[in-house]
Amino acid sequence: MHIPDGYLSPQTYVPFYAFIIPYLGIAARKVSKVLRSRHVPLLALGAAFSFVIMMFNVPIPGGTTGHAVGAVIVAVILGPWAASIAVSIALIVQALLFGDGGITAIGANCFNMGVVIPFVGYYIYKLISGSSEITSPRRWVAGAIGGYVGINVAAVIAGIEFGIQPLIAKAPDGHPLYSPYPLSVAVPAMAIEHLMVFGIVEALVTALIIIYLQKSDKTLLTIYGGAR
Amino acid sequence: MSNGNSTMKKMLLGLVVLAILSPVGVILPDMFKAGSAWGEWDTNEIQKMVGFVPQGMKNLADLWQAPMPDYSFKGWEEKGLGMQSLAYVISAAVGMGIIGGIALLFGKIVKQKE
Repeated sequence: MHIPDGYLSPQTYVPFYAFIIPYLGIAARKVSKVLRSRHVPLLALGAAFSFVIMMFNVPIPGGTTGHAVGAVIVAVILGPWAASIAVSIALIVQALLFGDGGITAIGANCFNMGVVIPFVGYYIYKLISGSSEITSPRRWVAGAIGGYVGINVAAVIAGIEFGIQPLIAKAPDGHPLYSPYPLSVAVPAMAIEHLMVFGIVEALVTALIIIYLQKSDKTLLTIYGGAR
Repeated sequence: MSNGNSTMKKMLLGLVVLAILSPVGVILPDMFKAGSAWGEWDTNEIQKMVGFVPQGMKNLADLWQAPMPDYSFKGWEEKGLGMQSLAYVISAAVGMGIIGGIALLFGKIVKQKE
């Protein structure tokens, strides 16, 4: 889901930059209101985890690859605003240092993976887990569904960003200037592979860590909700 | 006081294990002949798939020369899976160090006092 340079037209990537810069400022202010000193290392661990889990490319045999983002588990532990910060730091370093995701696409990539996944995932987790006990199986089920839906919504949005390019940026001869595939190709392609494979990976990552924390240190599952 | 510190130490250890295991992320796609992620093709692949490289894409594609492109080193592309795996572990360690460091710094600046 790391959109490279050259796939998005300026009329797409400029607005995403215009959104994400003030957004991250707001996220920083939100985090500053709830982040306690002793939880700062968790933010660092969360950002590093998101980065490294994205390196685990899962193949679709003979096809494409994809990966989890780890955004929903960070959101479950530290809240969606902190997850936005953690994932965005990972995405910016991935673009600058490793060329994974374009420089021009940083705004869009941070929006898709750093805003959509943690917010959709976290609120689904919160809705489903409700007032259940911290150790309830309902918690990890909620996390799994949050992870699955969060990454899929982001995949569809990325598919739309790819798919509108041939509509909004054409050369005089009608050829696309940027990402060449239309909505009818890009959206189903992004949706199906995430529905079938990568969504399940994000669900597993989220659920397994919740189960681990329920057994080893359940206080970590009360940080965000309990901080207010 | 919770046992939070020991959990964080275990999590850090977990990250070290993930860095060591990260070559799975290049070996599995190689085994199953899976290519790029959807929408992350380079211009050579686009040329093969679409028959041409869109002009705007051509202009922007090489905008940035990353120091460790694709979690490897320049010139290591032909060195085989073993060296690629080594580069991957190094990339995981370097990336986690930098990203964790930035997040730690950010956290120290904005945190609430206990």
